[in-house]
Amino acid sequence: MDAFILQILNGLDKGSAYALIALGLTLIFGTLGVVNFAHGALFMIGAFVAVTMQKIFNLSFLTVDETQKDFLGNPLKVETPYVEAWFGDAMGNWLQDWSVPLSILVVIPVMFFLGFVMERGLIKHFYKRPHADQILVTFGLAIVIGEIIKAFYGANPIQTPPPTAFLGTIDVGSWLGFAENTIAYPTWRIVYFGFSAVIIAAVFAFLQFTTFGMVVRAGMADRETVGLLGIDIDRRFTFMFGLAAAVAGMAGVMYAPILSPHYNIGMDFLVLSFVVVVVGGMGSLPGAVLAGFMLGILQSFASMNEVKALIPGIDQIIIYLVAIIILLTRPRGLMGRKGVMEE
Amino acid sequence: MLGLNSRDFKLFIIVCIMALVAPVLLNPFPTESALGQSFNAGYPALMQRFVIFGILAIGFNILFGLTGFLSFGHAAFLGIGSYAAVWMFKLLSYNVVPAIILSVVVAGLFAVVIGYVSLRRSGIYFSILTLAFAQMAYQLAYSVLTPLTNGETGLQVYNGDPQILMSAGDPTVPHFFGITMNGQTQLDLGGWSFTFQNGYYLAAIFLIASFYLSIRIFRSPMGLMLRAIKSNQTRMSYVGLNTKPYMLAAFVISGMYAGLAGGLLAAMDPLTGAERMFWTASGEIVVMSILGGVGTLIGPVLGAGLIKYLENIVSKINDGILHNWFAFMPDWMDNLFVTLIHPFIGKGWHLTLGLLFMAVVIFLPGGLVQGGQKIMDMFSRNKNTDAKDGAKTPAE
Repeated sequence: MDAFILQILNGLDKGSAYALIALGLTLIFGTLGVVNFAHGALFMIGAFVAVTMQKIFNLSFLTVDETQKDFLGNPLKVETPYVEAWFGDAMGNWLQDWSVPLSILVVIPVMFFLGFVMERGLIKHFYKRPHADQILVTFGLAIVIGEIIKAFYGANPIQTPPPTAFLGTIDVGSWLGFAENTIAYPTWRIVYFGFSAVIIAAVFAFLQFTTFGMVVRAGMADRETVGLLGIDIDRRFTFMFGLAAAVAGMAGVMYAPILSPHYNIGMDFLVLSFVVVVVGGMGSLPGAVLAGFMLGILQSFASMNEVKALIPGIDQIIIYLVAIIILLTRPRGLMGRKGVMEE
Repeated sequence: MLGLNSRDFKLFIIVCIMALVAPVLLNPFPTESALGQSFNAGYPALMQRFVIFGILAIGFNILFGLTGFLSFGHAAFLGIGSYAAVWMFKLLSYNVVPAIILSVVVAGLFAVVIGYVSLRRSGIYFSILTLAFAQMAYQLAYSVLTPLTNGETGLQVYNGDPQILMSAGDPTVPHFFGITMNGQTQLDLGGWSFTFQNGYYLAAIFLIASFYLSIRIFRSPMGLMLRAIKSNQTRMSYVGLNTKPYMLAAFVISGMYAGLAGGLLAAMDPLTGAERMFWTASGEIVVMSILGGVGTLIGPVLGAGLIKYLENIVSKINDGILHNWFAFMPDWMDNLFVTLIHPFIGKGWHLTLGLLFMAVVIFLPGGLVQGGQKIMDMFSRNKNTDAKDGAKTPAE
């Protein structure tokens, strides 16, 4: 039983990343009808915002401290981060320590802006073009963004640790009444899961309980009629694109401590997220979230040694296998609508 | 002639000539000159890639160009073909004939299975199904199937392999009944030096044959049927026609082309790895066809050539070469230009590719072929009648 729960927990953090990206993809597809292959790149930009924040907080200047000597007897050179000099030691250290969560505050406006620019500058011109063209142009954009990131940050993964308060593990088992240390789980992953649950809930609440969300949902169902009612649906859809970008960005920021960001991280996630979206059903938000968690958890179950002994290699292919089975038995994915993306 | 109408025949002859004299055509600059060092593409390793990826793109075009079904897992057949060919080298001998035949057959068999399952869905669901199969093949080749694929090392021929048909005097590299693939003749003319390699010519003959077959398929009743499926599959079913066999045939033919390309890759260099099946490789095939012009006969070959050319040439250019080019300018200007161009060359060639690719999709949805037509229209005399006509009829 404890092993079972541990695998579910293991699946949750990966599943939440899939779910967040798939949610954004589905938002864009459902509103604008555009297949955005650059969504993984937005996730990556989010992760690199975290990297950048950490670098900014660690920018430092050198001073020569005459009172201290190094082992050769020369005056010791001390590196002082600017933040420590400006805000005092305690505050500076705190900022450095909490750079990843603080990046959330930066990433939201940045991603909204990027999403806005992307939609108005590029995607807008592709509404009427075939889906294949949309896929290709955003794929090209994803390559370009990845290469720009590589030019600035290099090709190697960059470590971005979480705040020290969230380092280490939590003994989840003892909460649930199991023996101690049977289910120990990294704290940050639990934080990540909680965070993504909040984001997903917020997006759904926004769509369900606000007037803006209601109009957007109406536009998703019938764009033309909403336009005829005198509502500028395009502007709201542009906002939704920004929102989707922000969701991907936040997912990226919070994932940075789990997987060190590198320029290809977006592409790695993109393919899986697309499988997730399609398994969930194109255009269905609950489907995307459900499929994200389902595939994440299935993947972690498949990597258990007992399962691997039974069916060798299953951990590598489980997601694709499940995708094939679901698409063959349920033609529109788990919760897809009729007539979407079938032409 | 040869069952082609005069326009197609002209195109076919042009392709034949281009393929056969490529070693000369692609070496326009003297070997030792600065331009020759950077821009000459007439060396065997690169020309082989032009031709082999041309075959791959022609095959992909039969599926995507005619039926509009976007397969995102086509590289799997390339990889499977390569593995099959290397196994033939290991088991029988270095003769390329059984290797290439088997690579086509095995890729065809896989295509029957994958196509039968994937073609039950259309649109993006089809793309994801093919992607899923290809990724499964890739992951399995790296993990469980290591005895078959040799995992990350890559499959290659070892001294201890059986090679039962091998006799004492046979060459120990891939050969065609004694003619080795890497054997070459060099011709020096003044400052130019042209290399004619046997392996390249084997691949070029296959390219010509594939191109001919592809023209015949495009012009056949089956090609017409596939195009009808592209324009409206539902209507075809309502007419009472079962579209499935046609689709499957297109998918399998396309997979066999990819298998042939894989077999040829292995024949040029008897070493293969799973990375040939990764989804970015599949993406590259799509990019090639789109860049050249989907649904046109010559487009995909041009696209494949352009991408392989850029990959090899742009990634080879470095700052030193740039400084050489701009040497006539004042120093500050030279440095400025080099700094500006620097991110796009060498390791940054993917950036160039991405930008070029975006530009083509945005401005030239018909690919290079459409671009060529636009330029032709601009220069043609009877602009008014022809230009409109040319815009409407799809490029062939």
